[in-house]
Amino acid sequence: MSRNAIHGWLLLLPALALLALFTHWPIFGTIWDSFHGTAKRGKPAPFVGLENYQVMLADEVFWKSLWNNLWFALGTIPASIVLALVMALWVNSAMRGRTWLRMAFFTPTVLPMIAVANIWLFFFTPQYGLLEQFTSLFGVAGRNWLGSESTALGCMMVVAVWKEAGFFMIFYLAALQSIPPSLAEAAAVEGAPRGWYLRRIVLPLLMPTTLFVMVNAVINAFRMVDHIVVMTRGGPNNATSLLLFHIYQVGFSFWDTGYAAALTVVLLVILAAVAIGQFVFLDRKVHYQ
Amino acid sequence: MKNFKHVWRALATGLAATAFTAAAQTEITFYYPVAVGGPITKTIDQMSADFEKENPGVKVKPVYAGTYQETLVKAITAQKAGTPPTTAILLSTDMYTLIDEDAIVPFEEINAGADDAAWRKSFYPAFMANSQTGGKTWGIPFQRSTIVLYWNKELFKEAGLDPNKAPANWKEMLEYAQKLTKKDASGNVTQYGVQIPSSGFPYWLFQGLTTPNGVELMNAAGTETYFDKPEVIEALQYWVDLGRKHKVMSPGVVEWGTTPKDFFEKKIAMMWTTTGNLTNVKTNAKFDFGVAMLPASKKRGSPTGGGNFYVFKKATKEQQVAAAKFAKFMTTPERAAQWGMDTGYVAVRPDAWATPKMTEYVKGFPVASVARDQLQYSVAELSTHDNQRVTKALNDGIQAALTGAKEPAAAMKDAQAEATRILRSYK
Repeated sequence: MSRNAIHGWLLLLPALALLALFTHWPIFGTIWDSFHGTAKRGKPAPFVGLENYQVMLADEVFWKSLWNNLWFALGTIPASIVLALVMALWVNSAMRGRTWLRMAFFTPTVLPMIAVANIWLFFFTPQYGLLEQFTSLFGVAGRNWLGSESTALGCMMVVAVWKEAGFFMIFYLAALQSIPPSLAEAAAVEGAPRGWYLRRIVLPLLMPTTLFVMVNAVINAFRMVDHIVVMTRGGPNNATSLLLFHIYQVGFSFWDTGYAAALTVVLLVILAAVAIGQFVFLDRKVHYQ
Repeated sequence: MKNFKHVWRALATGLAATAFTAAAQTEITFYYPVAVGGPITKTIDQMSADFEKENPGVKVKPVYAGTYQETLVKAITAQKAGTPPTTAILLSTDMYTLIDEDAIVPFEEINAGADDAAWRKSFYPAFMANSQTGGKTWGIPFQRSTIVLYWNKELFKEAGLDPNKAPANWKEMLEYAQKLTKKDASGNVTQYGVQIPSSGFPYWLFQGLTTPNGVELMNAAGTETYFDKPEVIEALQYWVDLGRKHKVMSPGVVEWGTTPKDFFEKKIAMMWTTTGNLTNVKTNAKFDFGVAMLPASKKRGSPTGGGNFYVFKKATKEQQVAAAKFAKFMTTPERAAQWGMDTGYVAVRPDAWATPKMTEYVKGFPVASVARDQLQYSVAELSTHDNQRVTKALNDGIQAALTGAKEPAAAMKDAQAEATRILRSYK
């Protein structure tokens, strides 16, 4: 091996060691555990082959959580990205008080999710909650937002979008400010309408950011469960149970570690597939400067 | 290099010194379910310090571990890692889970002496129902609660009801609630008659309906459930009808956490919640309120709830003995009485209520004794093997019925089928 190669590997070593220890090793451990039962009364976990996966096929709560999670992803990812973009375009323009506006948009990101969820709990409260007070102005009151199966998941999505959009806005704002002003000037000189400039110049230049934001949004859609724990605990009747929440319940309420490992493997596969898909297919449409 | 040797020697001496003191002193770790800070941690710290003063050889290390659920997670994780706490306050319903994990040791095995046997008999039998199984005592009642009905006397007066009389049975509760439900001009409800919360752990409040209806949800061995008995379905039907048919309660699932707030805001006239909320209501209700036993159907009845002392198996014999002594110290009549007055939990033994301080307190604040008087009708909180899973099956069924997704009978049949499936390996 050449000196250079050794040098290179040595430089990589710290990161590699950490990744192996905290990412790869646990992944293999989880896959290994998913083929085992759960250790009880000091006896080691027995090998059960694919039984955990068979149980999963029959587990209604798992399927419900999976569907909920897909709807949750579908509801939160596009909404938060579009909202982030709109907010970024708005606060990027020269106007009074934009620092305040930027701060206001970013505040939800800074607040801890547990605190936020407790505040939202009172927004959604029947009768005197903020939402009820607002809707009662239009004569449509008396809804129990978190207590009905039809609206609870939607409420969870609203909280998630509210929390995320400000965070993504920061990335868009940074990207917008790195677009050279000469492009806008050139477009103006050529007489290009603003919409055309936005569609053909700004949005393509924002694509690398969009890809990054999208990857993050997808991960968050499967990772954010704090507000569920505080606000609904997966209820009513599993209407807001997301995959990670189900895993937590199986792992740390039911102590069925073998089955929890199998569920984790499914989550890993889903996330890996989505990430690979995004990088392989979307990368072609992204222009890096 | 020479310098390093010095350091090593100093370290070694230090280690030896700690080892020596450790041998002379027994340290017990004590997991307690509360977040850091607040008046409760101060009380616990004080009680631990008092205990150390009385028992110079023992050191108590309280660990404030969060909610009940978080504390259980911490204790079981530590157990799996080989270093569980010596003792902990955990839900009485976690008994079977802890036994199945082989984590705890019965108090009979720690001290078989006659004095301790008498101590174990000094508690209310209703609290022991969740603390004993198979003829052994696995938990010692410490902070126990039960469900009671709180009512707003002002709203009762406005509705033309006797403000000093709570509904005695289901029929009355419905009638009262109908009178107490108010609507505005456009037909929207501005005040509901009654509220039984149903988020998080609806099974517990459900037991406040099934017990009066003359049925238990499980057997004493924790291996069987009776969710689909007709009396259970009837009880669920009553609960569902309050919201969906009679419209005297908010329909759908009602949040447990905001229920006291709803009561303070006069959005509900009667609420069902834990006696543990008594101090909270006393401080925050800006109106005259009453506390009553849950209304009867065929009889009175309510489940108990709350936390017990457990001692862990992996601790050394000395630690276990010290932990049992600690539990005994914490549950003397005087301390049990003080703890009840400070928190609103039910003092766990009859002689605590006979102490001069407690008699004085009850005289000035009579509602404090309602929970005690209800104890004679109380049953054990739902607890089985694989408890959390079985409980979830019932919770899902109750919520499905309350939100209208399933008929009560179908919901309970499904819950029972699921529970039977989960419990089959414990038969």
